[in-house]
Amino acid sequence: MYKLEVQDLHKRYGSHEVLKGVSLAAKAGDVISIIGSSGSGKSTFLRCINLLEQPHGGKILLNGEELKLLANKDGALKAADPKQLQRMRSRLAMVFQHFNLWSHMSALENVMEAPVHVLGVSKKEALEKAEHYLNKVGVAHRKDAYPAHMSGGEQQRVAIARALAMEPEVMLFDEPTSALDPELVGEVLKVMQDLAMEGRTMVVVTHEMGFAREVSNQLVFLHKGVVEERGCPKEVLVNPQSERLKQFLSGSLK
Amino acid sequence: MIFDYNVIWENLPLYLGGVLVTLKLLLIALALGLAMAIPLGLMRVSKSQLLNFPAWLYTYVIRGTPMLVQLFLIYYGLAQFEAVREGLLWPYLSDATFCAILAFAINTSAYSAEILAGSLRATPHGEIEAAKAMGMSRAKLYRRILLPSALRRALPQYSNEVIMMLHTTSLASIVTLIDITGAARTVSSQHYLPFEAFITAGAFYLVLTFILVRLFKSAERRWLVYLAPRKA
Repeated sequence: MYKLEVQDLHKRYGSHEVLKGVSLAAKAGDVISIIGSSGSGKSTFLRCINLLEQPHGGKILLNGEELKLLANKDGALKAADPKQLQRMRSRLAMVFQHFNLWSHMSALENVMEAPVHVLGVSKKEALEKAEHYLNKVGVAHRKDAYPAHMSGGEQQRVAIARALAMEPEVMLFDEPTSALDPELVGEVLKVMQDLAMEGRTMVVVTHEMGFAREVSNQLVFLHKGVVEERGCPKEVLVNPQSERLKQFLSGSLK
Repeated sequence: MIFDYNVIWENLPLYLGGVLVTLKLLLIALALGLAMAIPLGLMRVSKSQLLNFPAWLYTYVIRGTPMLVQLFLIYYGLAQFEAVREGLLWPYLSDATFCAILAFAINTSAYSAEILAGSLRATPHGEIEAAKAMGMSRAKLYRRILLPSALRRALPQYSNEVIMMLHTTSLASIVTLIDITGAARTVSSQHYLPFEAFITAGAFYLVLTFILVRLFKSAERRWLVYLAPRKA
């Protein structure tokens, strides 16, 4: 059975269709990289999975449970049952391009917040977990620091710890290294690689071709809202079939 | 010019009583005003017109009219109506202290609501998305993320509002209350020494303002460290 299944997702802004039926299926332990040029719809696709963007068509299933959707006046789909959406979101932790840590909370408080106030974990247990995960991503020494007082790499690792503390079924990464200085990219990719090795299920929108090739076991190349090519990253990247992917790779791989 | 210290010295108890009245008016009005400002501020950022419009109208009318006019309307104006004079609230509405506190609370609630609404609107969008993505309900999002963050960021502006309110309480002297300004007016008219009387009042306000500023500075140090530049 698939952990996460997205079927035939459609999304438009006004009359402009940005996703024209994109599907994806992740089994436990899959690491799926989604690549594509900017405007290809890859971030939008990821954000539709947990309904941060409203899709206009398609199905989203987590562990075989379908997210119940309802169309509003202009055809955009929203959750029919907010409780179900909240529950599914808490199983689908997301890591954002701009970290999006809660600025008025210390690193430790950021990591403890959702386990305590969404999952209902006790403070004591959440504290232990938070320290464990901060340690795992290598920022335990910064646990009392506020986000604004940390480097981008540290912030993103705290954000990853925050996602991990939810012990999610699937982790969604939305260009997690795009806002980082080049010398900080490595520390975040290293953490993500470790997570992949542990067998976590991950969907990663990325520009890091090295990560896509070496760490993920599935590659999806999106172009203008459709999947142009997908498959094993080593094969697809070495031997691209579509003209678009060839063009894309010649621009990004030096 | 000879400054008559003796008169001020003799009337010090009157001034100290005035300080207590001023502080009482200020603190009760601020507490009530803030309690009203939080729901009003939330209404002001609501997308629902049904919630937003009444709050907008309220803050627009209150902020659009002078404090003194509002105070006169409540203290003198309402008494004109028989229904009010015979109503259950008359024992309160005929009391100057009650009316002053009511007027001040209404006034500060409107200003504070707008300060809070501005602060809520300035919440970084990403922090809201992160809360949603973690599965927080709307109520939790407000209670755990939006309000704690907005209330903190509103502190510097709110401290200005509090100081303005301290100074505004001087209007209470016009509806017969003996606050600091009321004490000064009494001294001034009894001894024909307006300069001494009011400069003393000014000094008291200055000291109170200084104390308030210090209090807010330490509150900012406690709750706004996360916005301060990192210490080396």
